Order: sequence, then C-alpha cells, then structure tokens
Amino acid sequence: MSVTTDRRTLLRRAAAVGLVAAPGVSFLSACAGSDDSSDDTKQATGTKSADNPLGIDPKAGIEIVIFDGGLGTKYATDVDTPLYNKKWPDSKVTYSATQQVATTIKPRLNSGNAPDMINNSGSDIMDFGAIVKAGQAADLTDLFAAPSLDIEGKTVAETLVPGAVQQGTYDGKPFAVNYSFTVFGLWYNKKLFDKNKWTIPTTWADFTALLEKIKAAGITPFSYAGANASYYMVRAIMTSAAKIGTEQVLKDIDNLKPGAWTNEAVKQAAAAWGEVGKKFANPSHLGLKHTEVQLQQNQDKVAFYPCGSWLENEQAASTPAGFEYAMMAFPSVTASDKLPATAINAAAGEIYFAAAKSKNPQGGKEYLRTMLSKEAALEFTKLTKSLTVVAGAADGVTISPGLTSANDALSKAGQDVFMGYLFDTWYKKLDDASREAANQLFFKGGDAQKFCDTMEAASQAVAKDSSITKFTRS
Amino acid sequence: MRHGKYPFIIGFLVVPLALYLVFVVGAYLQMFQLSLTDWSGYGGFSYIGLENFQKLWDDPVFWVALRHNLYLLILMPIVTIALALFFAFLLNSGGKKAGGVWGSKVYRVIFFFPQLLALAIVAVIFGRVFGSDKSGMINGLLPQSWTPWLFLADERWALTCILVVLVWQAVGFYVVLFSAGMGSIAEEIYEAAALDGATKITLFFRITLPLLWDTLQVAWVYLGIAAFDAFALVNIMSVNHGGPNNSTQVLSMQIYLNAFQNSQAGYASALGVVLFFLTLTFAALTLRVTRRDAVQA
Repeated sequence: MSVTTDRRTLLRRAAAVGLVAAPGVSFLSACAGSDDSSDDTKQATGTKSADNPLGIDPKAGIEIVIFDGGLGTKYATDVDTPLYNKKWPDSKVTYSATQQVATTIKPRLNSGNAPDMINNSGSDIMDFGAIVKAGQAADLTDLFAAPSLDIEGKTVAETLVPGAVQQGTYDGKPFAVNYSFTVFGLWYNKKLFDKNKWTIPTTWADFTALLEKIKAAGITPFSYAGANASYYMVRAIMTSAAKIGTEQVLKDIDNLKPGAWTNEAVKQAAAAWGEVGKKFANPSHLGLKHTEVQLQQNQDKVAFYPCGSWLENEQAASTPAGFEYAMMAFPSVTASDKLPATAINAAAGEIYFAAAKSKNPQGGKEYLRTMLSKEAALEFTKLTKSLTVVAGAADGVTISPGLTSANDALSKAGQDVFMGYLFDTWYKKLDDASREAANQLFFKGGDAQKFCDTMEAASQAVAKDSSITKFTRS
Repeated sequence: MRHGKYPFIIGFLVVPLALYLVFVVGAYLQMFQLSLTDWSGYGGFSYIGLENFQKLWDDPVFWVALRHNLYLLILMPIVTIALALFFAFLLNSGGKKAGGVWGSKVYRVIFFFPQLLALAIVAVIFGRVFGSDKSGMINGLLPQSWTPWLFLADERWALTCILVVLVWQAVGFYVVLFSAGMGSIAEEIYEAAALDGATKITLFFRITLPLLWDTLQVAWVYLGIAAFDAFALVNIMSVNHGGPNNSTQVLSMQIYLNAFQNSQAGYASALGVVLFFLTLTFAALTLRVTRRDAVQA
C-alpha cells in the first residue's frame, strides 16, 4: 500500500511542476554554506559532434539516483542503463535507488556533491521550484534541441507530446523532464458493462440514465474514497468545468482570479456532480480509503471510479479474472459545452533532472536523452503500465487493456487534451479546502452554490495572504 | 573516592545534557524565533513581528482545533483515570490478603498490552474497527439489514471515536501504575479499616484514593499532555486529516499541515509556541491545584 500511496502522491505532485515561478532563495542550502561555492568542481566535457550532440566525455562515469516507488526501478536497471551503455560502453553508470529522495539528495546538493541525474518523486519529494531557484538543476535547453536517439530527423523536443517541455519550464528555461504521462477519466469494468449491455454515455442525460440502470442492478453507480482520495472528485468536478467552459476556467482558478470559483462553468459542473452524489452516493464511502473503494470496484460493487491511468497497475494484484479495466472520457455536462465529449484531461508528471553542480551534468542529460528514446519509452510503458511523454511510443503495441483504452481515448481526443490545474500543488491550503468541499458536495446533499462560495472564499483568503508565494500560468 | 565523584557524575550528565540542549531546547528556541518570521520552510525569510499570531487569532480552524483539544483534555484524563482506577482496584481489591479478582496477574498483562503496540498500528487497527461500511469490524457484527454506522465519517461522532482509542491505548499503563501504587499501601491500614466494618467502596474512597494521590497527580499531567497531542490517531484515522469538515481537527495536526504541506513553517511555529504555553500552563495549574488537595487528604 505504501508503494501505491507513493505513486499517487508523486503523480499528483509531479503532474504540476511546470510553469512555476520558483520561490525564494534556498535557506537550507544557505545554511549549509555551499550555495555560493564557486565552480571548483571539475565537470566532465567532451567534444560535440553529430554523434555526441551534448558533448559528453565518453570515458567519464555518471551517477544516477532513481526513486524506488510505484514505478519500480527495473526500467532503469534493465532498460535505460543497458541502452546508455550500448552507446557509451566506457562510461560507467553508478546506480542507486531510494525511497527517501529529499533525505538522501538534499545534503548532497547542498555540499556540491550531487548525483548527475536524479528522479525527484515520492512522498519525500524535494520542492523543485526551490532547487531551480538555488541553481541546482541543469538547464535542459541543449537536451531538448539535440536530435532524438532513435527517431530519425527529429529533435528530442519534437518527439514529445504537446506541453511536455513547457511543464518543466521555469522562468522560460526547461529544467525538468516530466517523463510519465497520466490520462484521467472514468474507469469501469468492461466485462461487466458488456455483460449488461451498458453502453458508454457521452451526454449527461445518457450518463445519469445509465447510473439509474446500474443502481437498479444493485451496484453503487459512481463512487470514490472520501477518507483520503477526495481529490479524485475534485478532478472530476474540475474536468467537467473545463469541458463546459474550456481550460481557461481552470487557469483562472490557478491564478486566484476573483470570481474564478463562482464562474458559471464551475457552478454547472458542481451542480451536476452534486446531483449525482445526492441520488447515487453511498454515504459509507466517505469513511473509506482509496484501496477499499477500488477493491469494491474490482468486486463489481462500484461501477464508475474517477481516477488516473495508474489505477490499473495499482490494482493489478487485486484484479480478478472477470474484471477488465477500461476508461471513458468524462461525459459532456451541457449541450453547449465548449469542449467536445471526447476531450481528455492528461498531464505529464514524474520529475527527472540533471544536477547543475555534479561531476558530469552533460552525462546526466545524455542519460535523459536515452530515456526519451522511443525504445526506452516503450519498455517503460510495458514495465510500469504508464504512458510516457514520448508521443506515440506505445502505438500499435499490445499493452494492458486499461492502458490501451486510455491510449485510445487520448487519440480520440485529438487536439482536445488539456493539462488541468495546478492550484492543488501551488497552494496546499486550497487543495485541502477543495477536498473537503468536494466531500461535502458529493456526500452531504450536493449544494453547488455552497461549494462555489466556500472555494471562492478559500481562494481569496490565499490571494490575500502575503506569506504565500504566488504563481501564475497562462 | 570523594574527589572523584563530581567528574564521574558530570561525565555521565554532560553528553545527555548537551544532546538535550541542542535538540530540545535549541529546537524550541528556534521555534520561538521562526514564529516571528514568514518562513515557508524553503528559501529565506524575513521578520514580520507578531503577524503570525494575529493570523492565528483570526483563523477559525485554530479555534475549532483548540476546542477539540480542550474536549480531549477534559474527557481523556477523567475517563482513563476512572477506568484505570476501577480496573486496578478490581485487580488488587485493597490489600494483598484480600486478593484481587481471579487471574488478576494475567489481566494485568492483557491490560498493559496496548501500550506495547506502536500508536500508528493502533490507529490502523481501529480504523478497521470503525470502518464505515460492512467491512468495518463493528458494522460487520451488526445485523446485515442495518444501515452501517458511519463512525469516523460522521462529524458528530468522529472525535469521540478517536477519544475512545486514546483511552483504550492509555488505560492499561495506568492500571499497572495504580496497581503498583496500591500494592505499596500498607496492608495494616486495610485490615484495621476492615475490622471497623468498612465496605470495599469505603476502603477505596477513604484509603486507596487518598494514599494514591501522588500517582494520580502524575497520571493527570501525563494524560493531559497526551490529550494535547493526539496527532498520530487523527492523522491516520480521520477522514481527510482532521475531517470530515474539521470535526477531528487538533492543534498538532494544524502544525503538521502548515509546516509540511502548506509550506508555512513560520505560521506553524507560531502554533507550536501557543501549544507550548498551553501545555506548560496546564501542567503548572494541575500540579498547583492538586497539591492543595493532597495536603487536605
């Protein structure tokens, strides 16, 4: 369970890295007295060439640190490192894995002895904005401009899904590779739906009609775990709001714009979901944890579950043979939704970065270039059942059914893929408020106006609090 | 011999004392300093005077949390001590000769058992006991046709559920503590009273309780401090870290959330300062008030 908790934490947190104006000078590194230490570390460099676009020293070793969580570490030891060594046989890769990223890495960053490539995630994640601000992350401009390792005629940046580079960009410069790609939607058991001849709805009327049918069959039609996963419900409400009024609605919310939460789109989304809660909620699920409700879904006691594409992998051990994960896009709420019913919320997450003050930052970047090759991305997907930001790397390959359906939904969405919101990681206080408000909305009678007003007040309280560092996005 | 005594004692004391100064006193001093800053937990900070305390005063959640701490502060020691006294008296039943209930030695071990479990484990176990659907232990034992009790998912009962666990966990320790106290009361006193025709209840109120007063006083202070904490249980058991709707919110949870999640270390330090003085005041008051009673007895 700790593994899955880490996984969801990392995805939720890491999905939101981008576009952050990094907060103030690192106090902790200042304490360690090494923040302004000059570049006395000899950094390995080589000659740039077509074959060596990042100019690494082929003989210099690199050190990488991987977070040992829900994704495991096999992709690094069995795929990325052998691939890297195939091209650079004289460069020794020193590998280590940790579950305590900040505990093990922070002191090393502060003492100027950083590993070359770091996977920053898990519950002990480092505040990446602070790392950028302290000059500890290497500028990845040359990496993204370099040619792809195995996709002919394209730069690394050109091989990625739209928005992937931007999500790791701080003050105009890219510093992070957000490697994994999460698709959010409504998850259900395809076999159960086929058996009952339930068809996948695209309009809200069809959706609620189906929920009625499911309820009549004695199954909780839609649920989530109120005790620790209410942000899944926040995601559902926000996704519907974005479909009604485009992603701009969410951008306004992130930017703490007055009136953003009382926007008509948010109100309509909250009203629609509040109504679902009122009619179909199982009040005892307010007290349950994510694994408990997910298990109930695996037992066909819950039909729809709003979640990200990590769900299938997370539940792999408890999924019975009669259960086959599939994902559908959130249905349109109104007839005049600005985004089509196929529109999908999907975001890059899971930070990998090269340390600026390590012995061989260019080697660290070369390792990242290896990870961003099509071959490495495909193997990563096979091993972790998670898509990557390498566009189309998993196309036409047999992957798990749930991920296949997420991939299909993604291709059906076409250009209508939106990144979502960042307020939950920017302003933890607002995140807490939204979780509580979502629980109240769904389990306590569905008062949409109250939801909007509570969140508007919480948002403006954050806006007025000068001690909270503000971020904006466009 | 004599001249070697002080270096010997000092040698033993210096290291623990230094550790205490650095890691406890030093940390507290730093907390006082940080409570006057706008430190986020990362990056630099500047001094903002008493602004954090002003914010705290205006924060409704702070008052809710404080009210819940006071609720625990009153009920937890009373219930725990009452139960522990009751059990200890049954186990000992006044004096060794009178003897406690049958198998009292085994009970003593059983009572003490919860104390051996890490609080986090206790919280996880009781999370399952109070499960809000049929998979929860209590609800599972109820007839199938009953609507499940929501327990931790019900705003009205969530904090009481946590109180029950706090008491369950603490009671055994005080049973053993009070048993030891009762064991040290001279038997002659009980015998004399028994000869005068005192009932067990009279023995308890007129002899056991007054002679146990010092132990009770210590128990009260300890339990009070524990009631100011309750962090592990709230963090693990409650819906949404202090919910639903802040119905289980306590000060320690607020400190944790602000320091480690909201990136408001300065504000969290201010909360810490408040908690420090509350605990100190409580301990001083308790010792002061109960001392007078002890003299009367």
